[in-house]
Amino acid sequence: MKALNEMKLQIESRSVNEGFARATVAAFAAQLDPNIEDISDIKTAVSEAVTNSIVHGYPDSVGKIYIWAGIYENGLFKVKIKDRGLGIEDVKKALEPLFTTLGGERAGLGFAVMESFCDKIHVTSKIGKGTTVTLEKFLKGRNCGDD
Amino acid sequence: MAINITSTPVRLTISLIGEIDHHNASVLRIESDEAIQKSLSPTVTLDFGEVTFMDSSGIGFVLGRYRIVESYGGSIEVINLSNRLYMMMKLAGLEKLMKLKMKG
Ligand SMILES: Nc1ncnc2c1ncn2[C@@H]1O[C@H](COP(=O)(O)OP(=O)(O)O)[C@@H](O)[C@H]1O
Ligand SMILES: [Mg+2]
Repeated sequence: MKALNEMKLQIESRSVNEGFARATVAAFAAQLDPNIEDISDIKTAVSEAVTNSIVHGYPDSVGKIYIWAGIYENGLFKVKIKDRGLGIEDVKKALEPLFTTLGGERAGLGFAVMESFCDKIHVTSKIGKGTTVTLEKFLKGRNCGDD
Repeated sequence: MAINITSTPVRLTISLIGEIDHHNASVLRIESDEAIQKSLSPTVTLDFGEVTFMDSSGIGFVLGRYRIVESYGGSIEVINLSNRLYMMMKLAGLEKLMKLKMKG
């Protein structure tokens, strides 16, 4: 399936870019004229994935984060967030609510939030190579082709 | 992101304004904890009425303050939650630890 429209964004893994990344992806999704709830869902899920790349992927260095977003038929919106950081040893375990390897004030709920706000999430990761998170959501709104 | 702190002898109110993410949370943490440590108030109220965005960093922020307030025997409550924020805090099980009040 080919995207009807797509965009790419590359940022450095600095926490100040978290707000920029989620706002930019939301601005791209805005052409579908989705409802406010769906936009907030996308923003929140993107914020979680980008924060994870910053704090877990590149804990002691500044690396690149590659973000891609695509629009498909029927209002399907996909976002891919990729880093070339440390990677995840056990993805299944990482996806469990409350699981965190950092402690401090990480709640261990990033993936749980992504799952609850998206229709589908997919995580691939390899130790030493990096992590890719794909988020999928059917947006509801005026230009989403569902009405 | 901004924070507004007011206090009475029995209550410290911390009002958060703007977006709460991992980047902003550290400043909120420092300013809140300074006020909490100074007052050791029996009730600490976190007002989320002006919060326009929050990810799981906001949950971590509430949990962190909860631990501090609990450690000296105080209690904490979260007020003016939108449906979305209330839902996220419930997802995290916060309603078992503190009072969560919705907007309106
Ligand atoms: N991009 C990433 N690179 C490396 N590890 C990650 C990445 N994303 C998530 N993880 C791992 O998965 C765990 C769970 O992530 P999450 O649910 O967002 O909770 P939290 O970020 O609060 O720890 C993290 O503690 C970390 O071990
Ligand atoms: Mg996380």
